[in-house]
Order: sequence, then C-alpha cells, then structure tokens
Amino acid sequence: MAKKKETKLDFGSKWDYSAAPESAGHAEIKKEYGLYINGKFVKAEGGKKFASTSPSSEKHIAYFAEASNKDVDKAVKAARKAYNEVWGPMAPKERAKYIFRIARLMQERAREFAVLESIDGGKPIRESRDVDVPIAANHFFYYAGWADKLEYAFPGKTAKPVGVSGQIIPWNFPLLMAAWKIAPALACGNTVVLKPAETTPLTAMKLAELIHDSGLPAGVVNIVTGAGATGAAIVNHPDVDKVAFTGSTGVGKIIQKAIAGTNKTATLELGGKAANIIFDDAPTDQAVEGIINGIFFNQGHVCCAGSRLFVQENVKDIVIKKLKDRLSTLIVGDPMDKNTDVGAINSKEQLATINKYLKIGVEEGAEIYQPNCTLPKKGNWCKPTLFLEASQSHRIVQEEIFGPVLTVQTFRTIDEVIDKANNTPFGLSAGVWTDKGSKIFNLTTKLRAGIVWANTFNKFDPTSPFGGYKESGYGREGGLQGLSAYVKLN
Amino acid sequence: MTNNQLIALKRPIDQVGVEERVARFQTRSIKTEAKIQGLKMALNMIDLTTLEGKDTAGKVRQMCYKAMHPHDALPDLPTVAAVCVYPTHVATAVDALKGSGVKVAAVATAFPSGNSSRKIKLADTKIAVDAGADEVDMVISRGEFLSGNYSFVFDEIAAIKEACGKARLKVILETGELSTLDNVRHASDIAMLAGADFIKTSTGKISPAATMPVTLTMLEAIRDFYYETGKMVGMKPAGGISKSKLALHNLVMVKETLGDAWLSNEWFRFGASSLANDVLMQLAKQAEGRYQGLDYFSKD
Repeated sequence: MAKKKETKLDFGSKWDYSAAPESAGHAEIKKEYGLYINGKFVKAEGGKKFASTSPSSEKHIAYFAEASNKDVDKAVKAARKAYNEVWGPMAPKERAKYIFRIARLMQERAREFAVLESIDGGKPIRESRDVDVPIAANHFFYYAGWADKLEYAFPGKTAKPVGVSGQIIPWNFPLLMAAWKIAPALACGNTVVLKPAETTPLTAMKLAELIHDSGLPAGVVNIVTGAGATGAAIVNHPDVDKVAFTGSTGVGKIIQKAIAGTNKTATLELGGKAANIIFDDAPTDQAVEGIINGIFFNQGHVCCAGSRLFVQENVKDIVIKKLKDRLSTLIVGDPMDKNTDVGAINSKEQLATINKYLKIGVEEGAEIYQPNCTLPKKGNWCKPTLFLEASQSHRIVQEEIFGPVLTVQTFRTIDEVIDKANNTPFGLSAGVWTDKGSKIFNLTTKLRAGIVWANTFNKFDPTSPFGGYKESGYGREGGLQGLSAYVKLN
Repeated sequence: MTNNQLIALKRPIDQVGVEERVARFQTRSIKTEAKIQGLKMALNMIDLTTLEGKDTAGKVRQMCYKAMHPHDALPDLPTVAAVCVYPTHVATAVDALKGSGVKVAAVATAFPSGNSSRKIKLADTKIAVDAGADEVDMVISRGEFLSGNYSFVFDEIAAIKEACGKARLKVILETGELSTLDNVRHASDIAMLAGADFIKTSTGKISPAATMPVTLTMLEAIRDFYYETGKMVGMKPAGGISKSKLALHNLVMVKETLGDAWLSNEWFRFGASSLANDVLMQLAKQAEGRYQGLDYFSKD
C-alpha cells in the first residue's frame, strides 16, 4: 500500500477571539482581612499578617491575619461555646434554615465569588463561574435538606453531633472545599474552625462575611487564616473533636500521627494519580475530550485528575493525534478572560514542583509534547503537557505532579491495564472509556479507587460520595455517606 | 462497497459527551473585533434559500439581488455564498447572479422526501446541472438507510455524484429522521465515501434540523475522513439556525474541530433564510452602537 500523505489540521490565527475579560469592578476586596472568630472580625495576636498575590498578574491582593496558637485557641473556645449553648441544642429544622440561607446568599453573590476565586487562585473564570461556585452553593442546599432528616439517614439509630470540627482545606478549590467541609458539619449540628490555604484565603474570608450576613449565631463557624503552623494548632488542640483535612498525602500522614492516641476522629482526602483508561471500542472523540478535561481542568491541580492515560495499543496513533490537535485549541492565559481554558499555576512553589517533574520526565526518556502557545510574561504558567511513551517505572507515572501534565502509556489486554492502574500507592479515582457496558462493570469492580467514572470524568455532585482508597485517604465527603463523619451513632 | 463493508464502518458516538462538548463551545465569548469578523464570515457562508411550492421567477430574482447586495447601507459587506432553489428556478438564478461570484445551488433527487426512483432522481439532477447549477443538494433515502440497506444509499450517492459532473454535491442526511447520533455518524461516513463534496444536516422541512450536537458529530466525521484520506469535505448545517449567536457558536465549533482551512464558504455553509437579516442587524449594531428596527432590513 502506498504511504498516505501526512494530514495535519491547522489551528492557526485566522479567527482569533478578541479579549473577553470578566469585569471585576463589582467585587470588593479589603486592604486587610482579620480572623473570623466568635462572630467578629479580629486581628491576630501581635498583629501578624501575610500577603496574598495573584498568580496570574503577580499583583498584591490583600493582607491576611496569621493566626497563632492563641488565636486558634480562641476560635476553638468560641466553637465549643456555640456548640454547647446554641447550635447543639437548636432544633434541626432551625439549623436547616441557616444553611439554606447561606446557600441562597452564595447564589446571589455567585459572580463576586467567581471573580475573586479566579483573581486569588488563577483558575479560569469559566470554571469558577460554572463549576466551583454553583457546586459550592449546591452543597449547602443539599446538606440543609438533611439537617432535620438524620433519623432517615441512619435508620434505627440516633445521630448526635460530634462537637467541634477542625477543618483544613487546600488551595485548589478554596471555596468549594470550604463548602464540602462546612455544610455537612453544620447540618449534623457541629461547630467549625476552618483554615483555608495560605495562598488562597480570599474567598474563605468572603465566605466569612457571607456567613456573618446570614445571621448564623456567633461561634458556629470560625475561619482562621495562616500557614502550616496554624493548621497544626487546630489539629493538636485538645478540644477539637474531629479533624477534616484535604491536601497532600505527606501532611495527611503527619495529621494521622498527631491524632493517634487521642479521641479525635478524622477524615483525610489526600493525593491521587488516577488512571484514565481508553479502550479501542470507545467513542474516540468524546473520550479524547474527557481525557483533556480529566487532566487540564483547573490546571491539573485536582487530586482526582486523570493524570495517567492508558490507551489500548491498537488505537494509540489516532488517540494521540487527536489529543495533540485538542491541545492546540486550548487557550492558556488570563484567568479573567471568559475564553481561557487553562489558567495560572497557583503558586511559584507549585510551578517549581511541576517544572521539576517536567525535567525528570525528559531525563527518564519519555517523549515530551507541548502545543505552540504563547504564555503571558508575568505570572506562573505551564503549557499543557503530554509525556508519550511513558513507563510504569517512570517517576512521572508514579508520583503526583498536581499540574497540567499527562503521562501516556499503552496496554494490550484488560488484565494488564487493571494491574497497571492499581499499581500505585494512591486510589482516589479512575476513568473508563468504552462503548461496552459489561466492560465498564468488570472494571469498576476491579479498580481500587474510590471513584470510578465511566465515559465521563471529573463529575462532582453533592449527592455523590467522594473519597479514596489506600494513600488517597479515608472517609467520604458528599452524599449520605458524607454525613457519617459528622455524627456519633447510638 | 458491499452492505457488510458499510456495516463495518459503524462507530459509536456518546451523545452525553457530544452535548457536553457543545455546551463548552457555547461558553465561548465572541466580542468586538472577533464578533464583526465572525458575523461577516457567517454572512459570506449563507446559502440564501427559498424552497416553497409557491416560488416564482420574480421571487427568485428578488432574492438573488439580496444575495449580491445584502445591505448596501453598510460598507464592506461580503455577498452570501449561494442561493439555493428548486431545479426549475436554476436558470432564473444563474441569469440574475451572472458575474457576481454568488453560486447557484439546486436541491434535487425528489427533494425533500427522496421517495422516487433512481431514474427520476438522476433526471432531476441532470435538469439542475444542465440549467447551470454550481452545486446540487441531494437527499439520501432515509427509509433505505433505516432498513439497513446501506449499499443502496451508497450507490445512489455515487450515481448522483457522477451525474453532477463539475457541480459540487451536497448530501442531505435529514438527521431529524435518523434519530440517533450513531446513525448521523454512519450516514456521514457513507456519504463521504460515496463521493460527497459536502455533507448537510437537513432539508429544513423536518424538525429538529441543524442542532449543534448533530453538526459536531458530522464535523468530527469530516475530521476522521480527512485524517484517513487527506480529502477535505465541506459541512452545511441547514434549518433552525436563525440567530447570529448560534451561527457564531457554529463557527467556533468549526474553528476548534477542523481548524482554519474550513473557515471559508468553500468548506462551510449555513442553509438559512432568516439568518442573513439577523446577522445584518448585529453588524449594523456593531457599526452604529444601537439596534435598528427590523424594517430597516429587506425581506427577500
């Protein structure tokens, strides 16, 4: 057979989209934010503070108070008092009203939250507007509904609140993670001390303002900003009953050690290295789109990101060709532009980590592919990256990169791909792409991951439980299962 | 090709995935310069259409003037791509459009149902071509397709293609009658293999017509055909696209699925009658900063 002419599509500049920036004028940012303790905004002991800067423009955003041990102690005391005197004894249907009110207020201010999330965290406005903020509001709506129905959630048992919940959340979904943690805690009658990540405290403090406006009784939710030391103060505080953490496996292990021998309970939602598996009978174009969204959503700063692609060897060429074409159409740049697909890397530190892995991947002999896109001069940026011809023994395949980097491996049989997909210390999520239903069920029972998506990826819904196997943590958030961590059953 | 060979072409399409992709295209925000460029491009891709039992030579002539002079109050407007009429009106259109560069397309093959004999369909095609049509818009035999007689559909398209001679052949799948995206994809592949120069969604007589999921499925079929053969095939969504915003989102879909080469009326068309005036109204608004009343735009 004669060799076919190489065909290539041209995703050039014949019709470039003009800038379509979301207006930020309506979103108020204060010069300085205090700690939200016992229904008041207060300065940290000694007035310590830190700055947050935009990862895209590198502009200074605001100062945030850095909570010390003493501040955390005040917050825990306020939470305890509110638990004992107000929130614990309150009739569940009354609690539900407050949670509904928070949900409604969040919807009303959705645009403001979306804008601030993109300014502070670097994610595209399309995502903060269409994903982060609406789902955050939905979590409050969903758990508000459970507040007075716990006897149906746990039939034959009495569900009592746990008490004071210490919650530490990461920088990849600042508002959404706050909602995941606060909503079920409140619905079950607990009070909260929450610490957002030090690089993304802005929407958490806006949430504090919103909660304040909602009239939630003082001390029920306290929000303290700070870095690792503040988090440690929460975890180690003797009057905290439950720790909820989302973040790295490394820190998860430290927390596990710290609470060993105490009466504290914990839920940990940690790292991941999800396998995304595409079979030769999959709808190729939709699978390619799912693979793209699985890894480049939120710049790959997603614990459940589909970062390891397994493609059946007989469709390797066409899948890779389509992946490369799709990469050419991704718009990388200003998070505030409504057409941006991939925004800024959250911090300089994270960019350094990603760049370290890009170097490792090249040294390990994987074939790197990046599209021809121009990156802004200022800010933290990383081109969407494929590593072709990757092997199970490569570090880029084994370790969590937490960036827009996809490793591509081939497989031949279903047994081989199950073995390889499970051959990781993580077990948070996985994806399967095939037109055959029986194959999906076969795989979902054998993949050791807390979430398995079939013919889709990165779907989040308040009604659906989320959590990991192995070093991806334990406990479930979301859904009926998400209530369990916040109740004591008799 | 044999029926078994054509059955083997079937490829699965995931409707949920297609709809998600479409929703993503619809989040694209087309503003200022890009909007003006996109609107002019859309205007230049329109097949201005009249396909009614009451069509007359006078009606066709007036529409042809509109095709060449969409809105003379605005400078620097392109013409539309073509006018689309029944074979009996081709001669009138050819005469009216002489020298303008606007093409004449004729629907043929017992449009819109396609329920007639091969002999009649070939004769219908020949009448259109002999009268000077640059393009022929044929309909496939949906009944034969749905009964699994794929080779009938393939052979028919190949025969009409041959009868077209130099005229470009657009193959109308009438996707509203095919019901699933799997069928849309399969029919697209059969049409392209049989020699279609364009594949087209609908006659405009059946609803739903050119929905974005259907058009995306066909664009992706064109992409695979191009990958495999190196041959470009054009796309024409027709019916149901009457607003500029939807037209722009269609163009976004073309740009991000097939790339720059398809962003021209040689490879992409809108089959529409009322879209032109909406595009003109938007262009006038971009030029003057305010909307004008509908009666400022001619209805031909």
